[in-house]
Amino acid sequence: MTVITTSELRADEAVFRHVIPAGEPYLFEVKAGQTLRLLDLEGNQAVDTLFYSAANPRERYDAQRTMRRQNKVYLTTGTVLYSNLGNPLLTIVADTCGRHDTLGGACAQESNTVRYALGKRYMHSCRDNFLCACLRDGRMNKRDIAANINFFMNVPVTPVGGLTFEDGISAPGKYVELRAERDVIVLISNCPQLNNPCNGWNPTPAEVLVWN
Amino acid sequence: MTTTESLAIRATLYEETVPGGGHTSFILKRGQVLRLTDVDGGANVSLMLLNAHQPSERLNLPDTLKGQHTAKLTAGHCLYSDMGRVLAAITADSCGWHDPFGGVLNADEVREKYGSGRYQELRNDFFRNGHDNLLVEMGKWNLDLQDLLMVVNLFSKVTVDEAGAFHFVPGHSKPGDHVELYAPMDTLVVLTALQHPMDPSPEYAPRPVHLTWGEAHSEGLSLACRSSRPENERAFHNTERFHL
Repeated sequence: MTVITTSELRADEAVFRHVIPAGEPYLFEVKAGQTLRLLDLEGNQAVDTLFYSAANPRERYDAQRTMRRQNKVYLTTGTVLYSNLGNPLLTIVADTCGRHDTLGGACAQESNTVRYALGKRYMHSCRDNFLCACLRDGRMNKRDIAANINFFMNVPVTPVGGLTFEDGISAPGKYVELRAERDVIVLISNCPQLNNPCNGWNPTPAEVLVWN
Repeated sequence: MTTTESLAIRATLYEETVPGGGHTSFILKRGQVLRLTDVDGGANVSLMLLNAHQPSERLNLPDTLKGQHTAKLTAGHCLYSDMGRVLAAITADSCGWHDPFGGVLNADEVREKYGSGRYQELRNDFFRNGHDNLLVEMGKWNLDLQDLLMVVNLFSKVTVDEAGAFHFVPGHSKPGDHVELYAPMDTLVVLTALQHPMDPSPEYAPRPVHLTWGEAHSEGLSLACRSSRPENERAFHNTERFHL
């Protein structure tokens, strides 16, 4: 059952807004107590996201602990995003999509050669985005790139242990909102994947908004 | 797919039993096979794999699962690195299901679940936790918290229902159950033998696991993994390209 929770926050009262063009990385910070909205502007765009503690970037989002502690494979309103040290980083407080994936990981040049064809190596990818943003920022490097969240993506697990990729359940204007429990670095790759039908082979922009 | 005789054709190089709560790490060289055996039944082994020569390349479970369209691991599957290569192929498995979801507990989570179990009172029976055990082994190779990613929990079965909720299956692994990992590249193996984090038993009672190394002598051992999916064929191709 998908539960939709909407937000009272008004876009014109946001203290910060930025549109991430299709296929680009974006690294920024959200302070403890602020609310972050990720907005799927045109629908079914994968927003591949990693979170780090700003005080210590070695402390980062932990997909296995997050799934285990909520006893659920999908993320939605109420999900606490835990770190690799067991601390809450953010809490999902609103979600008009109802389900987000943290199993599928990010596309990479290397995984594209495995998943699709050896000749796909030279296409743009999320992990290249992550790596570029990490190294440009200087606080993180390849070793800090762990399993991410794919906001707006639908990757169901079947009771017999299968993994399927379903059409997106998002749509233009759907969003997810997270309250930061501490100061966090947000690292986004607005997915450039052109081999997977989940976004209709058409990567589109996404917007981030932050409220105090 | 289950094979139980495959080790018989290979010479054993070394054997060792890791006691419940124990942790170890070693390099499984290209062409070698590691057999892990659940001695008493009910064991769980939390496993990390890394490129022995460049450990920033390591097990990537999202790539592994989506590349093989699976949410469980068993014979015929490969464990991929984040660089599109095969760190290990599962060439034999009498268990049928190994868990990629549960992760490991840290010290606080172990205390919450099992109560206090300090060295001061219990000596070497003190309550260990997977997070610290793996970090200790990582540290011995000059690795750290950055390198501790998602683990596979061998010998444990966790199903996911239609709503996405996890269900731990008790008694999944029987005495003598085993799994074999073939390494097509030099792979740093880091593991700890502790109860699965979702095992509902309130008693801290980790079980031992027996390790056996062997030479594969033939690449034919991994053929079933290589040919089980076109993705695996390409991942093996990438691994061989790496060794040119």
